[in-house]
Amino acid sequence: MKIHEYQAKEILRRYGVKTPPGIACFSVDDAVAAAEKLGGDKWVVKAQIYAGGRGKGGGVKLARSLAEVRLLAEGMLNKPLITPQTGSAGQVVHRLYIEQGVDIQHEYYVGIVIDRSRQRACLMASSEGGMDIEQVAASTPEKIRKILINPMAGLSDQEADTLARKIGIPASSLPAAQVLLKGLYQAFDENDASLLEINPLIVTSDGQVLALDAKMNFDDNALFRHPDIVALRDLDEEDPAEIEAAEHGLSYIPLDGNIACLVNGAGLAMATMDIIKLYGGSPANFLDVGGGATVDKVTEAFKIMLRNPKLRAILVNIFGGIMKCDVIAQGVTIAAREVKLAIPLIVRLEGTNVEVGKKILAESGLSIISATTMADAAEKAVRAAT
Amino acid sequence: MSILINSNSRVITQGITGKTGQFHTRLCREYADGQQCFVAGVNPKKPGEEFEGIPIFATVQEAKEATGATASVIYVPPAFAAAAIDEAVEAELDLVVCITEGIPVRDMLRTRYKMEGRKTLLIGPNCPGIITPDEIKVGIMPGYIHKKGRIGVVSRSGTLTYEAVAQLMALELGQSTCVGIGGDPINGLKHLDVMKLFNDDDETDAVLMVGEIGGTDEEECARWIKDNMKKPVVGFIAGLAAPPGKRMGHAGAIIAGGKGTAQEKIAVMEECGIRVSRNPAEMGKLLKSVL
Repeated sequence: MKIHEYQAKEILRRYGVKTPPGIACFSVDDAVAAAEKLGGDKWVVKAQIYAGGRGKGGGVKLARSLAEVRLLAEGMLNKPLITPQTGSAGQVVHRLYIEQGVDIQHEYYVGIVIDRSRQRACLMASSEGGMDIEQVAASTPEKIRKILINPMAGLSDQEADTLARKIGIPASSLPAAQVLLKGLYQAFDENDASLLEINPLIVTSDGQVLALDAKMNFDDNALFRHPDIVALRDLDEEDPAEIEAAEHGLSYIPLDGNIACLVNGAGLAMATMDIIKLYGGSPANFLDVGGGATVDKVTEAFKIMLRNPKLRAILVNIFGGIMKCDVIAQGVTIAAREVKLAIPLIVRLEGTNVEVGKKILAESGLSIISATTMADAAEKAVRAAT
Repeated sequence: MSILINSNSRVITQGITGKTGQFHTRLCREYADGQQCFVAGVNPKKPGEEFEGIPIFATVQEAKEATGATASVIYVPPAFAAAAIDEAVEAELDLVVCITEGIPVRDMLRTRYKMEGRKTLLIGPNCPGIITPDEIKVGIMPGYIHKKGRIGVVSRSGTLTYEAVAQLMALELGQSTCVGIGGDPINGLKHLDVMKLFNDDDETDAVLMVGEIGGTDEEECARWIKDNMKKPVVGFIAGLAAPPGKRMGHAGAIIAGGKGTAQEKIAVMEECGIRVSRNPAEMGKLLKSVL
């Protein structure tokens, strides 16, 4: 799960991480009032969307007067913002964050990710802030310093201090940097974050160490113990079909193609997309119905997939293990009738009770195209869709 | 010989009083030598009770002492599963198989840290388990689709592994052992660990390695294979058609920051001399071609 910058900063401040003062707003008038309340002579107007690359897309701008705050807020609010990460349609901005402008002396990068192969949280920092960290990693990897964190002991004073020195934080700001780094890790750990990124972290001309931006993602598997974070979820930022699918225990991801797939198991679902592409077709979605695919689940899956107007065919690929093919076959026939399916349906069943399952499909009176292997199914689906 | 488990293994079910634990313990018992292999269950609140003749103990330690168990399988809900692994490690079992899906990464980081330097091996979490056909299955895979033979299978997924096994069976290729290492980002045995075991197993002639997007396990395994593997290995990587930044069902199946793509994995595997099928319907065929 993701949250907005202003929400991440609220969390981080509770852990002693300093940020410039800022106020979140939902209207242009609120934005101007926020700037007035914050005071000072310059403000940053920041579009709040989950996607990164906001600066490049024109979603982070400096204002030197209240009139300019108004102008910038009008330019962003309720309009799509296109960034390198949003896709060409962009993401409509519903929230702004007005932040007091600060005098930046130097920009750094700090991030915490899970290093899968070392099985530790990894704190990364670089003197090259404000840039795309993946670019820094590719062109000058020596500029990224890393610490693998002992999960039981956490980040020590010594480790935080060493890292801050290595990226060139000035001596007078080292104590503040140490507090900030330790706060970041504590916030990451205690909230079950999966990613925390401060880009840039800045040292101001008067020596303060501040998080100028903040990105925080959370481990979906741990949300059960963080109702406060679940409450921050912004449904405007998520695909409504994905939300609905998740409510029915389905794992669904829409794609660009026109052949829908309904599969049991994530690996087989990915492989089904792959084989459709290999045979010259284009998958419309990833959909894993999970281990216990009931009639209800299959029906819901059909309904969600069929909302895609581009759809030309549906491919059902089931390897029945514990879940029996006859149960799936029954589910598919009931679902197909209920949604009055009007596009070709290709079904491939394998595994437990496969013969009974095939018989149910054949005797259903529905025009189901039966397939024997994955290759046969993909070939038939691609032909039906073209 | 097979790897990790055989009919001499003695297994404890952690979470034997839950619906899933009972259902699968029953099926595991019915499979091949399962009757003699599944010897105990654990539930801290129900010591002294039994499930269909299997005695239930309060702790893994007690179950091990009373029955001589060497391994355990975990069906405990996600919030408590990491602690269940910790308990099996403390009791110094040889092997723990964790089926549970949805364990927080933070819990697994701590559990893996505590496992360092300990003897217990972990398969999973979020996996179908492990099977040595016609001897024993520890997990949720359908036993009947397998047959004893000389092909090793290691995979990060469940049903895609069954698909691979079915393709092998259609070509009359049985399996020595099939290991589902699971779809989580922080897990126990990785492709590489299982590959080393297959390399040393005199009942395994060749290995089918099934991977997917996310992480770098397949690449690390491929580099080891290049310099060390004495047997043919073929592979398949799921997710060539997967978009970046999206979690494809499994917690660990995600292309993050441009890393962990199927293209990248396939390229490294092929550089290391491993043949990789682009077609998931031809995993078995490709394996047969290298025998």
